[in-house]
Amino acid sequence: MIFEGAAGQGIQTITSLLLPVLRKSGHHVFSCMEYMSRIRGGSNSTEIRVTGKPRRAYVSRIDLLLALTPLAYERLHGRLHERTLIFAEKQTFGEHWDERCIDTPLGRFATEAGGAVYSNVSAVGVVLAVLGIPLERCVAYLREQFVGKGEEVVAHNIKAAQLGYEFGLALPAERRPKFPEPATELRDDSLMMDGTSALGIGAIAAGCNFICSYPMSPGTGVLTFLAARAKNFGIVVDQAEDEIAAINAGLGASYAGALAMVTSSGGGFDLMQEGMSLAGMIETPIVVHIGQRPGPATGLPTRTEQGDLDLALHAGHGEFARAIFAPGTLGEAIDAMQRAFAAAQRYQIPVIVLSDQYLLDAVSTIHVDEIERLPVKPDIVETGQDYKRYAFTEDGLSPRGVPGFGAGIVRVDSDEHDEEGVITESFEMRQQMMDKRLQRLEALRREALRPTVIGDPREAKIIVVAWGSNRGVLEEALERLDDRRFAGVHYAQVWPLAPNTAELLGEGRKKIVVIENNALWQFANLLHRETGIAAFRRILKATGEPFSVEEILAKLTEVTHG
Amino acid sequence: MDSQPEPFAMPSSTDVAWCPGCGNHMLLKAVRGALEELRIKPENLVMVSGIGQAAKAPQYLKVNMFNGLHGRALPAALGIKLANRNLTVVVESGDGDLYGEGGNHFLHAIRRNFDVAIIAHNNMIYGLTKGQASPTSQRCMKTPVQVGGVLLEPFNPLAVALALDAPFVARAFAGNIEQTRAIIAEAIRFKGCAVIDVFQPCVVFNKLNTWQWFREHTCELPEDHDLSDRIMAMQQAFRSDKFPLGIFYRNDKRETYEELAGIGESPLFRQPPTSDEAFRAMLDAFR
Ligand SMILES: Cc1ncc(C[n+]2csc(CCOP(=O)(O)OP(=O)(O)O)c2C)c(N)n1
Ligand code: SF4
Ligand SMILES: [Mg+2]
Repeated sequence: MIFEGAAGQGIQTITSLLLPVLRKSGHHVFSCMEYMSRIRGGSNSTEIRVTGKPRRAYVSRIDLLLALTPLAYERLHGRLHERTLIFAEKQTFGEHWDERCIDTPLGRFATEAGGAVYSNVSAVGVVLAVLGIPLERCVAYLREQFVGKGEEVVAHNIKAAQLGYEFGLALPAERRPKFPEPATELRDDSLMMDGTSALGIGAIAAGCNFICSYPMSPGTGVLTFLAARAKNFGIVVDQAEDEIAAINAGLGASYAGALAMVTSSGGGFDLMQEGMSLAGMIETPIVVHIGQRPGPATGLPTRTEQGDLDLALHAGHGEFARAIFAPGTLGEAIDAMQRAFAAAQRYQIPVIVLSDQYLLDAVSTIHVDEIERLPVKPDIVETGQDYKRYAFTEDGLSPRGVPGFGAGIVRVDSDEHDEEGVITESFEMRQQMMDKRLQRLEALRREALRPTVIGDPREAKIIVVAWGSNRGVLEEALERLDDRRFAGVHYAQVWPLAPNTAELLGEGRKKIVVIENNALWQFANLLHRETGIAAFRRILKATGEPFSVEEILAKLTEVTHG
Repeated sequence: MDSQPEPFAMPSSTDVAWCPGCGNHMLLKAVRGALEELRIKPENLVMVSGIGQAAKAPQYLKVNMFNGLHGRALPAALGIKLANRNLTVVVESGDGDLYGEGGNHFLHAIRRNFDVAIIAHNNMIYGLTKGQASPTSQRCMKTPVQVGGVLLEPFNPLAVALALDAPFVARAFAGNIEQTRAIIAEAIRFKGCAVIDVFQPCVVFNKLNTWQWFREHTCELPEDHDLSDRIMAMQQAFRSDKFPLGIFYRNDKRETYEELAGIGESPLFRQPPTSDEAFRAMLDAFR
């Protein structure tokens, strides 16, 4: 189902009312939006998928469209089919009116209910009737939501929903699209959220207590998520004057013992690169979230892309260890954030969590039991009189002291330094310190998260590889393809790559297809560099939109023919 | 610690990278004197610096040190203070570092007014990179880059600090070691963002602003200077005949950022992990 309208027309109200009601009815839902970078006007839309199984991908086929502007047809007509149900007001819809359209007088319902603002609630009523969901569920929810605004507002809302609902019920049964039965077990134990919330939840689970950032879409959401919960969880939240300040403040806080993170998008992260390098040099943990959007430069601020993998891999001058996670589901997002904090603490390195607008804004459901808390231990020791911050050890990791905890002195230095953190220009010391800082890469490699495997790669002839937000579309396309010649591999950690990568990909004996939302096949390149395995086919997209299931399906079918 | 005669002294083997005759040596003495006078425990003090000759100062003191990136001392200092407000935080860096590369942070550190003492070694030149103009270089001074002489008027750090309502604004001269020590001690004791611009001759690269030049171009603040009067302080900061030395302005009433933000007394490293109960309660909101 697609809900389309101009910015300011309240499309978000419709989805924020519909989604909880659908979830509470036991439906699996997946929702993503695409919006223009403006506050008023234009044409934005939200897709809601109601499915029998959990799904985490967007489809291009539209069964039901609610259109509030005439732009809807122009922007979406390629995705409509013969039986698509289109709810719109005839006088505003324009010249493309046809037999699929149903003249829906939302304006009139709203006026009857008490004012123009209620038209969205009427729209919700229409949709619920079409889906066969009892109106009472919505009424209960409306009461809950608006009780604070007084009985009158509650009554107007309910009236608006009723008018829409009656209209929807009057629709002949054969015109209604088929919807899956609800899964009753979901009613009480599922949570519904977007990717941003999942990352925020992961950060809180890890014990994050410091975030300093400068706003930039789509990375800002994590900052606001933590700000909203700062009091409850004792998180220090600071809006920096720029991204350079943000990461340097994060490193200062981490040096003093905070579990610190920063969040931004590619452009802001560009400014943090020298800070990444500093983190590497002073062996100070920091978690950096990059919400990718299409670049270069300002690019498309509200759209999606996976174009910053190379940036994340190489950001910062000089050579130092890092890890990069790229979650693809809500569960993986919660997990990745915790792993990021754990790895940053354990290995005293900068760790990146690479997401994108699509993952961050997409709403779906997760069962509470799927949410796991991983142990994150702030690796801090009480210092003694003769403490040395960079003492040489077996594994290259020195016990980390913080100022004000113990009798010792903690010195960190962006210049090359000796064990005490005192500046040095000795070549021998330089070599020893380089070895020390890079030694941890071995353990990071060894412990790298194993990718998710779909199907049987040993049997398969073609292995489809994806990373980050493309997990859902990969899974669903392979399922629909239902072809044993195909298997899938999805990476939620993209650096270092899991040590079983070459083996999993058949050591070069299989056809490898890589799916990524960019133009220069950055992950395929990484795979090649690390394993010597070259991609046979690359499915790329850098329009600013995510892949739809149909798109991937079509491309994979082509692979079998080519 | 107090009983130890020289609590901040580094081993005598420490290799000091400053030129003989440089103002940094005197300034280091003044800072050490101030720390000794204040009887701060070295383990409770963090000195934060950027990169440059001046920024090496914390290398020569036995204190906690965050020697970060060029221009970025202030954000790091903010992070440290917010993570543990029991620490005394002092920033020491050069004029290029604090007013040039880190200019934006200078503005916003003052706006925030977190508790920090900023000691700017002002030699009116980039020392470490061998003598290019800094934001405070005097007009017409010739350098290997500004071959025809510096074109721009110098940045006025005190006027800028006053305009942003910095609650403690002072100027010192490394040649007056006693006054410099006293001002630095006062600035560290002060609760809030204290800005001290310290004239520090670079004897190798700055042939214009020499020890002699600074002696001739500085003076004391007038007898009747009222340090609670911001306008009067601004007038002194704008003087073009001479550069007055001393505390220009002091306002003990401005709230610090830590106070405004409600930062707790307990350092973040002592914070217990997120409880399962609170975590579950947060999840419930998504049902
Ligand atoms: C990002 C960055 N840019 C440039 C430099 C080179 N650099 C180091 S110190 C410095 C200027 C130093 O001037 P100042 O801060 O006045 O210190 P001084 O050496 O005069 O004490 C420059 C340009 C650097 N280290 N990092
Ligand atoms: S170059 Fe100038 S500022 Fe640096 S140590 Fe030498 S005299 Fe001092
Ligand atoms: Mg200088």
